[in-house]
Amino acid sequence: MRLVLEKRPEASAAMAIASPLIALALTVVTGGIIFALRGNNPVDAIYVYFIEPWVALWSVEQIIVKAAPLVLIGAGLSVCYLANVWNIGAEGQFTMGAVLGGAIPVLFPEWQSPLTLITMLALGIIGGMAWGAIPALLRNRFNANEILTSLMLVYVAQLFLDWLVRGPWRDPMGFNFPKSITFSNWQLLPYLTSGIHLGVIFAIIAAVALALLLGRTMKGFEIRVAGQSPRAARFAGFSQKWTVLFCFLLSGGLAGLAGVSEIASVVGQLQPQISPGYGFAAIIVAFLGRLNPIGVILAGVLLALSYIGGEAAQISLGVSEKIARVFQGVLLFYILACDTLILYRIRWQQRLPSAQGA
Amino acid sequence: MSANEITPLLEARNIVKIFGTLRANDDVTLKCMPGEIHAFLGENGAGKSTLVKMIYGALQPTSGQFFWNGRGVVIASPSVARQLGIGMVFQHFSLFEALTVAENIALAMPGSFDLGALSARISKVSASYGLPIAPDAVVADLSVGERQRIEIIRCLLQEPKLLIMDEPTSVLTPQEADQLFAVLKRLASEGCSVLYISHRLEEVKDLCDSATILRHGKVVACVNPKKETAASLARLMVGGDVHAVKPAKAGTVGKERLLLKNLSLAADGQFAVALKNISLAVRAGEVVAIAGVAGNGQGEFFDAISGERPVETGMVEIDGVAMGRAGINARRKVGAAFVPEERLGHGAVPEFPLSQNVLLSRHAADDRLVKKGLVQKDGARETAERVIKAFDVRKGKPDPEARALSGGNLQKFVVGRELDRTPAVLVINQPTWGVDAGAAAAIRQAILDLAAQGSAVLVISQDLDEIFEVATRIAVISRGELSEARPAAAWSREAIGLMMAGAHEQKHDSRKEKRHAAGA
Amino acid sequence: MDLFLTIITAATPLLLAAIGELVVERSGVLNLGVEGMMVMGAVCGFGAAFLTGNPWVGVLASIIAGAAMSLLFGFLTLTLLANQVATGLALTLLGIGLSGLIGESFVGQPGVKLPVVAGIDPLIPFSVILTAGVSYVLFRTRSGLIIRAVGNSHSAAHALGYNVIAVRYLCVMFGGACAGLAGGYLSIVYTPQWVENMTAGKGWIALALVVFASWLPWRAAIGAYLFGAISILSFVVQTYGLGIPSQFLNSLPYLVTILALVLISGNRALSKRNTPACLGQPFVPDR
Repeated sequence: MRLVLEKRPEASAAMAIASPLIALALTVVTGGIIFALRGNNPVDAIYVYFIEPWVALWSVEQIIVKAAPLVLIGAGLSVCYLANVWNIGAEGQFTMGAVLGGAIPVLFPEWQSPLTLITMLALGIIGGMAWGAIPALLRNRFNANEILTSLMLVYVAQLFLDWLVRGPWRDPMGFNFPKSITFSNWQLLPYLTSGIHLGVIFAIIAAVALALLLGRTMKGFEIRVAGQSPRAARFAGFSQKWTVLFCFLLSGGLAGLAGVSEIASVVGQLQPQISPGYGFAAIIVAFLGRLNPIGVILAGVLLALSYIGGEAAQISLGVSEKIARVFQGVLLFYILACDTLILYRIRWQQRLPSAQGA
Repeated sequence: MSANEITPLLEARNIVKIFGTLRANDDVTLKCMPGEIHAFLGENGAGKSTLVKMIYGALQPTSGQFFWNGRGVVIASPSVARQLGIGMVFQHFSLFEALTVAENIALAMPGSFDLGALSARISKVSASYGLPIAPDAVVADLSVGERQRIEIIRCLLQEPKLLIMDEPTSVLTPQEADQLFAVLKRLASEGCSVLYISHRLEEVKDLCDSATILRHGKVVACVNPKKETAASLARLMVGGDVHAVKPAKAGTVGKERLLLKNLSLAADGQFAVALKNISLAVRAGEVVAIAGVAGNGQGEFFDAISGERPVETGMVEIDGVAMGRAGINARRKVGAAFVPEERLGHGAVPEFPLSQNVLLSRHAADDRLVKKGLVQKDGARETAERVIKAFDVRKGKPDPEARALSGGNLQKFVVGRELDRTPAVLVINQPTWGVDAGAAAAIRQAILDLAAQGSAVLVISQDLDEIFEVATRIAVISRGELSEARPAAAWSREAIGLMMAGAHEQKHDSRKEKRHAAGA
Repeated sequence: MDLFLTIITAATPLLLAAIGELVVERSGVLNLGVEGMMVMGAVCGFGAAFLTGNPWVGVLASIIAGAAMSLLFGFLTLTLLANQVATGLALTLLGIGLSGLIGESFVGQPGVKLPVVAGIDPLIPFSVILTAGVSYVLFRTRSGLIIRAVGNSHSAAHALGYNVIAVRYLCVMFGGACAGLAGGYLSIVYTPQWVENMTAGKGWIALALVVFASWLPWRAAIGAYLFGAISILSFVVQTYGLGIPSQFLNSLPYLVTILALVLISGNRALSKRNTPACLGQPFVPDR
């Protein structure tokens, strides 16, 4: 007997919805096994990790706030991956958005007006777009692989931020800690409730706008054609280079917006660590959301839960919060495996169909 | 019949092969005698390739059995087939472009791995059969005919008892085909059986001793082709009379609608072909056909005219407007339409439903489909339905994905999508490649009807039958150069073949020069 | 001489990982999970050496860990036909997460180091022999010819009766074993300790090296040593303290990688000839 994949005549619509749910269920089961191996009661642990964060309002707010950057970045990455453009350097674009946006409060600490915040946000977007434009231009001009270049630029961006906050941008009154001054008033995003800031609204608007872009407009059609068959895209008169640049500018800009939103809210200043790996977790968000911006909203919430649940598990079970990253990795694996079911049926087959008469 | 006295070399008995819901082979029985050239005839999609893949061990039958010299055998893999003495030349060559001739052949040879000794054997066999080939040449540098020689030599080195040839002449010039027939006849006289798969009836009549005819996966007849006429064979193959295409009325030719002036295009990459100084006028009311062996610049020619690869301004004129630098959509807006060779992945996106594939070539020139950057789903659906109805596109559900359609139906859709606009100029590359006879006839008729309405049509094709069926004038392309376009009646098949092949020899020399230049 | 050795030592993990990935890509598979396999090799190698006190057990464990990770990748991409790029990313994310969890108790522990003779650890000559061996097998033997054939046209290889999937599984596992060993080199030889995320992008640099080498083993070795030289030189510059911030010097390897990719990819003729034509494409046999 062996595993045989049989191509479906058409993609299965039911499986397209079921596949992320199956993947999620398998992840929870795997999580239970990991907890059990560590000597925790798996049912209790799963409750603490996946359910308890939903019980208290403050932790629900925390989930939503953590989901915001994931959705912003993930929605942009979905567009990229649909177009077969592999931006995996969103973490770097996030960082450069934060750096450029953060330059305003650091360099002009006295400037306080609504324009301050608007300028910061605009610069954040520009910073992300500019950093994203580099791999796009290198691919278009020199045929350099954008996966590798965009990733290398993550390290460069992080080292650049590190240098800034240890060097020129360090808070002179900050007891030599590698941190910039703390932001205040119009250098921060307004809060809608005690826990939820404006960045959440940005995320929802971005996701809905991209869903409309993909589903209703010619641009969306262009992106999907480019991803499915580049040759057909050329036949349709679409420029591949422009698609690559567009995708990087869009996803880079959204990552930059996420970056500046994060330092202008939760973090409140520039420091060497401004992200628990949002740019990489957003890759999982994009796939878990089936590269559909609305699906990305749900997926972003789920990934946010994995961070918050990880913190909860650390406190009440003594499990390392590093388990969050394991769950995220396992989840992506299951999604990719389950996505096979959309295009294929799985059958078990005898080694040779007929051996009679040999 | 004498077949009952002599044991067949190969017998396929009651072979059934099911793919999902499709019965590709339904109770197929076939006998191939020692030393005979046995034709296996059928339309595209009749199931010929499926059966030979099973004989070669690349597929396994769902039920039924093979007999080799009267003994039941299971051909579990191609290496088992080769051990029995079965060799196969594939329709789409199973060659490795980046490897040398000797390496390609070594991959099919058992035993010790010694490329030097193998090269010597290759040279010997190729000299003995008149199939010249250099063992250390890289396949990517070779012409189609030379590539087929590699496959044949690869089989001959294993001293096969049965040689399977899958549509071998579809890529050859008439002269190259004649050389091939001489080799096959010699093999048969030496005792090697040949299973010859084709849908070309004249050559089957010339070459083959017996013929098994397949239709929709079933054997419909087993005949002696020499005693049949081409028409009777065609009736057996298609199951009824083939629709004859009504020829266009002569004398309705008008103004020049597509004009190419000294069209040149540099080669894009090491193995691509450059276009050199092509000039051609296609006038209203006529069909101009471009003949040529695959890989002589047809793809580049299509790309240059369609605007997928822009050239100099004056090189392409559509209805008097210089369009050489314009993109494909600008050319569509002035009334041109294009049908590329590849249906899936070029002319249509396989994973998209037909209503979205309508947008692919028509989004720029039709405001019922796109308004202010927004896709008009109703407009797209209506257009798709109109095309489906006009061209009788058969499908399983209202708006299927392109990949779910059969080759013929998808080609009808892709052609119909363009004809729905009644374009002023239509450029169509390989209009009926791999398409069943019914769909092919419908498409050729549509091409003629379009020209009759006053459009200019340019057909690029490797199929000489098709060219003579539709063309008002014919030109031949070889290594990126185009011959003069002369009226169809002024050409003979031989003359076209010589134009196709003569340039081939030159191509060789120029490639060698290029390599020397690069080395120096 | 010391400087020379330092360069070689810095280059060896890159060379090991790049040679493995080179074979994988020659068979037509793009495994972007080198970083993940490497970091798992590092943590498992360190852990096994630390727990048993025997560095050779650590070396073995790192090889097994890398191969096991690659098997996961193989199952998804070769059996389930998942997208190779996405699966490679998943492997990296999982490897980084899992290694962090496994290695939590190893942080700050003293490592066990492989014996060194005259400054040369046994894996340095091994990596050179490996390069020579891979070069020989790929271009002088039937097995190598089959690997190249499968990478050049999987459908033609299938038509000739070769088991494409099996060949690719073996190559993927070889690549995983090499990446795991490269990670083990970092945690057992180079720094003898475990630091979370200690590969710091070296797996990605190894991937870039394969492109830089245009899929030729000896060029990968040259690339790795050049690369080692650049990263060591930036350290040297740092110790002389020319006033250049350390962050800029630390980002040099990444910038050099980008530069190398630009230079090599811009030259199409050079890279195209050796690029495996089926790289990254899933193989679906018809049956």
